[in-house]
Amino acid sequence: MTAPLLIFFLLAAVAVIGALSLILQKHPIHSALSLIVVMVALAGLYLLMGAEFVAAVQIIVYGGAIMVLFVFVIMLLNAGEEEHTDFSKIAKFAGLPLALALTGLLAAAMVRHGGSVANATNPDSLADTSKISMLLFSTFVYPFELTSFLILVAIMGALVLAQREKS
Amino acid sequence: MSSVTSFLTQAGGFWVLTIIKIALLLFIVLTVNAYLTWFERKVVALMQSRIGPHRVGPHGLLQPAADGLKFLFKEDAMPAGVDKFLYLLAPFLALTLALASMAVIPFGPDPLPFKFFGHQIDLWITNPQIGLLVLFSITALGVYGVALAGWASNSKYPLLGGLRSSAQMVSYELSMTMSVVGVLLMANSFSLTKIISDQDSSAHGFFSWNFIPQIVGFFCFFISAIAETNRVPFDLPEAESELVAGFHTEYSSFKFAMFFIAEYTSMITVSALCSILFFGGWNSPFPGGSVWQFTHYLPSLILIPFGLWVIYDGIKYETIWGRLVLPGLGTAIAAMGAALIVFPTVNEYVQGPFWLLGKMLFFLFFYVWARGTLPRFRYDQLMNIGWKLLLPVSIANVVITAAVIVFRGMK
Repeated sequence: MTAPLLIFFLLAAVAVIGALSLILQKHPIHSALSLIVVMVALAGLYLLMGAEFVAAVQIIVYGGAIMVLFVFVIMLLNAGEEEHTDFSKIAKFAGLPLALALTGLLAAAMVRHGGSVANATNPDSLADTSKISMLLFSTFVYPFELTSFLILVAIMGALVLAQREKS
Repeated sequence: MSSVTSFLTQAGGFWVLTIIKIALLLFIVLTVNAYLTWFERKVVALMQSRIGPHRVGPHGLLQPAADGLKFLFKEDAMPAGVDKFLYLLAPFLALTLALASMAVIPFGPDPLPFKFFGHQIDLWITNPQIGLLVLFSITALGVYGVALAGWASNSKYPLLGGLRSSAQMVSYELSMTMSVVGVLLMANSFSLTKIISDQDSSAHGFFSWNFIPQIVGFFCFFISAIAETNRVPFDLPEAESELVAGFHTEYSSFKFAMFFIAEYTSMITVSALCSILFFGGWNSPFPGGSVWQFTHYLPSLILIPFGLWVIYDGIKYETIWGRLVLPGLGTAIAAMGAALIVFPTVNEYVQGPFWLLGKMLFFLFFYVWARGTLPRFRYDQLMNIGWKLLLPVSIANVVITAAVIVFRGMK
């Protein structure tokens, strides 16, 4: 087993354990921290594929900015421990089958296209930042602008909600 | 093959060399940290017409060692009701991330003249293409050390300190990142060595440094960086008149020292970044050429008089111990300066590190200077400066820089 492949499995294991811990932890701040672990492990996977820029942005934006806001809100509201409830009816009849279907779909896709796991450690030409920006502003310009628009709408929504109490 | 994969397939000698370099850098950084506290106390004391530490060793030079021992031997108390795991994790997180950021800082242009089992010895631990982004991602994660310390302590003052610091660091991270985009546009790269070599001063001296076209970016960056390191006048997370000691109120003994070392290490990192991004890194402020050749003797011209002064000061020092140690120290410093004149090749070699360290020392002094002179901002003022002043100005700086670059033709 080569060193990159070994590190791939290590990071993948960390990501999966982090994701499980995110669901199973009772305290919201522990869950948020588990999510940060997942984000950092994903950044490591990107790095392994040679996507250095994406890896750094993953840590700065997701691991840093967004998760700090999560942690900040949890600390500010001083949220206590969760109470565990049984499955709700929706979760039982719609959620579980859907989750199983998604798992099956992903597994099928992986079996058909994956070939070997070694592909995940084969770097593409994503390292070049200028190449990414060229793609963003040419091939993917419409999805990119649409996403920006979506975020703008979300920001305006937040502003409207925050202003409502005053009037 | 990506840089990560090629990195992983390096030969054994490379790993040994890197581990030695890391150990050496850690030792240097921690020692500098210790003497930075001494430097800060001396300078602030001078500004306030006091003497500062002067009991332990001549001129208080052994004070950092005494402080370190004190931290080690104090009782390591843990308050009741803390979240044990996070309480212990927070100082480790703060210190590890602060020290890790030193790994990507390049300290000099030329590799050492000899090789380590066939491996070139560069003056940096690693030099990634995305050097600046690595530093920013480490800063982005650094917030957690402070925020978690505040939360896990299960006490009201630390919680308020942690809340303040996460709000403050998120706000100022934005303007800090935006303010360097101008530099990135000019250098066309995230690599710190590329940014430095772009400011090569051999033709026009310091006129080719980034701080002239990017003066706005520099001020935005430096102010945000001071806020990001929680230093005066932005030290609201640990404002002692309101919050006792802020996020580290409940930490004692060496866990407190870890926060302390983390803060001083990030001061060093920020000083290095300021010098690299805006002040030419290891480039001399003087142009090359025979007229300016004499500036290459500046290290000696500083070291020899300083050494002689230390000898003179030591002879009339009040304790016998000081009269023995200080002249010895001064002789060593002066001898170092003289050796640089005798060995011109060594002198040429230390030019780069000399200028970089000199600039870093200036910014570290600036930190202390600000602490000695400026009062703390009020919380609403802090938020207003971050969001309403620094962020718009740095965004305008990006737009103007980009427009000028397009107007003058792409590189």
